Amino acid sequence: MDKIIDIRHLSKSFGDKKVLEDINLYIRRGEFITLLGPSGCGKTTLLRMIAGFLAPDEGAILMDGKDLVGIPPHERPLNTVFQRYALFPHLDVYDNIAFGLKLKKVPQDEIDKRVRKVLKLVAMSDYEDRDVETLSGGQQQRIAIARAIVNQPKVLLLDEPLAALDLKMRKDMQTELKEMHRKLGITFIYVTHDQEEALTLSDTIVVLNEGRIQQIGTPTDIYNEPVNSFVADFIGESNILNGTMVRDRRVAFIGHEFDCVDEGFGEDNPVDVVIRPEDIYFTTEAEKTQFTATVKSCTFKGVHYEMFVDTDTGNELMIQDYDAYPVGSTVRLYIEPDDIQVMRKERTDNTLPGTVKDAETIEILGGAFALKSGFEPGTEVTVQVPFDAVDLLDNLDDGVLSGEVHFILYKGDHYHLTVRTDDGDDLWVDTDDIWDKGDLVGINFKSKGIKIRRKDE
Amino acid sequence: MSKRSNWSIPYVIFLVLFVVLPLVLVLVYAFQDNQGRFTFGNIAKFFSDRDALSTFAVSLEVALENTVLCILIGYPAAWILSNRKLNRSAVTIVLFILPMWINALMRTLATAQLFTMLGVTLGKGTLLFGMVYDYLPFMIYPIYNVLAKMDKSYAEAAVDLGATPWTAFWKVTVPLSMPGVASGILMVFMPTVSTFAISEFLTNNKIKLFGTIIQENINSSMWNYGAALAFIMLVIIGITSLFNKDKEAEGSLL
Repeated sequence: MDKIIDIRHLSKSFGDKKVLEDINLYIRRGEFITLLGPSGCGKTTLLRMIAGFLAPDEGAILMDGKDLVGIPPHERPLNTVFQRYALFPHLDVYDNIAFGLKLKKVPQDEIDKRVRKVLKLVAMSDYEDRDVETLSGGQQQRIAIARAIVNQPKVLLLDEPLAALDLKMRKDMQTELKEMHRKLGITFIYVTHDQEEALTLSDTIVVLNEGRIQQIGTPTDIYNEPVNSFVADFIGESNILNGTMVRDRRVAFIGHEFDCVDEGFGEDNPVDVVIRPEDIYFTTEAEKTQFTATVKSCTFKGVHYEMFVDTDTGNELMIQDYDAYPVGSTVRLYIEPDDIQVMRKERTDNTLPGTVKDAETIEILGGAFALKSGFEPGTEVTVQVPFDAVDLLDNLDDGVLSGEVHFILYKGDHYHLTVRTDDGDDLWVDTDDIWDKGDLVGINFKSKGIKIRRKDE
Repeated sequence: MSKRSNWSIPYVIFLVLFVVLPLVLVLVYAFQDNQGRFTFGNIAKFFSDRDALSTFAVSLEVALENTVLCILIGYPAAWILSNRKLNRSAVTIVLFILPMWINALMRTLATAQLFTMLGVTLGKGTLLFGMVYDYLPFMIYPIYNVLAKMDKSYAEAAVDLGATPWTAFWKVTVPLSMPGVASGILMVFMPTVSTFAISEFLTNNKIKLFGTIIQENINSSMWNYGAALAFIMLVIIGITSLFNKDKEAEGSLL
């Protein structure tokens, strides 16, 4: 395989905050690869390290087998299209595009030729003498791309280049970018937080979250077979549900058992199940019916209808279908084995280290929790707190610890939250209450179901 | 007139009393002889007054030298202050601006004392030192303002396109910071032309500047000639600020 860039064990911290952790990734020559993730996931940091504006703490970025780390950005054979274009306001369109060529002492007549050629490619001929500040956002975007590709880089880096454009313009530019990529034949590394953009444009998508690669794959792989609940939730709409793998090719969720195609998850093991809303089908035949549900809401979305239903076992599901079913009606539903995506659970409880303070108190994550253990004071223990044993409180001062709701996943009949404590530790919580991302909460533990054992046992 | 616009009345009165009226008076006095008759004589006197003309030339020269020195020292200082890698604390910025909080006359007197104590002969050198010391913050601040607000991706884009950091600085950062330099010039050059205290204290009146002559004329009750000189200076300041017109907006302290 022809790798143009090979990233190995790349890590970067800003102060105490780990922005990227052990990133391993290769990029094929000529492909359109997208680094996708929510803001703060490290995607822009990764791009800036490839461009050379940031140095990694650890690891290597090999380009055609040669390590780029230590080579200053102006000597790297790649060019960047910046998020806010960064066109030089004191130069006109021509001089902006010719900037790189003039530095390389390219003869004047060749500069003329190349500038005209790229202007034609980005459909901006006749704009040579225009002041860049008189151009619209979309036009500035094209000039920014022209200024980068006129240098014939081996790799073009694009940092959320369409983020500042309105929806219509963004769609048009997506098509044009794809076309440009095909014509130029060079490698594009594209950064975005827009999953739809990533699915439309990319040959390969790298999903990042919290400084780690979650999944690498083609758009169809990522969409159809997300490896964890983060990817499933981030890419497209999905129903993410708690389930149990009964045995190979048989999984139970929403109170029913279904045939599936997944194997190797063991027997009676808890798993996460992802069902895309367009993969739940309506039927009228009794023998096809796997479960029934009541339609709660139905909204027209242009091409399809989006419906929320309550199943006979009290779970909420999102369904997309070309036909509308009236609110309040009972419907028969089934899911094809192929469309059930089973994922290993990343964790089944909060396993935390603690120290016994006295007969009634254990110190965990810096907070003194009222938990009876029967161990001697000073004993180091491991505490397993089930997700539903974490109590979230409106009033910060009522909790033993305080934290912020960091990530929310709806699981059909409850919410699964990631709560980050003030010290930066994560706790996972199952709750029926509705919280918003960014809510500040007090944290306490209910004693039921909590298991305490000596640390070394 | 709506009620809200009434709020501007005190300011309008202030402007009329302390800005417009004095300027009108300068104008009136400049074109009157001591009997109160209209005349161009005062202006004509200046153009035939060799002393006044040479002082004027010296003033412009000193102002020019002061401005150039302030740019040469102030630009790098502003650049270092605006660069987060080199300057992590706001304290350094305050330290540079701090002298502005102390009365210029006081600082000048202190500087003169210092030179006398060290046995330095007062003259052109000490004059320029005092000028640069007094006016440097007025050069640093507008340049710093422009540099600190400048999008770092401009310089990054230049480097990305193959410029060394040095070339990127000259071809992108410097041209884009020109508005700051322009207002710095405005804030340093103009006041230097009309300054008189610094030259008095730091050269023992060996070097006279234009401001000194105006002050001397007014002090010796030659109001009309003094006003004419002040008028000429205002015209020059007016002409210089015209050059600055479109660039003022971004970097100006005002």
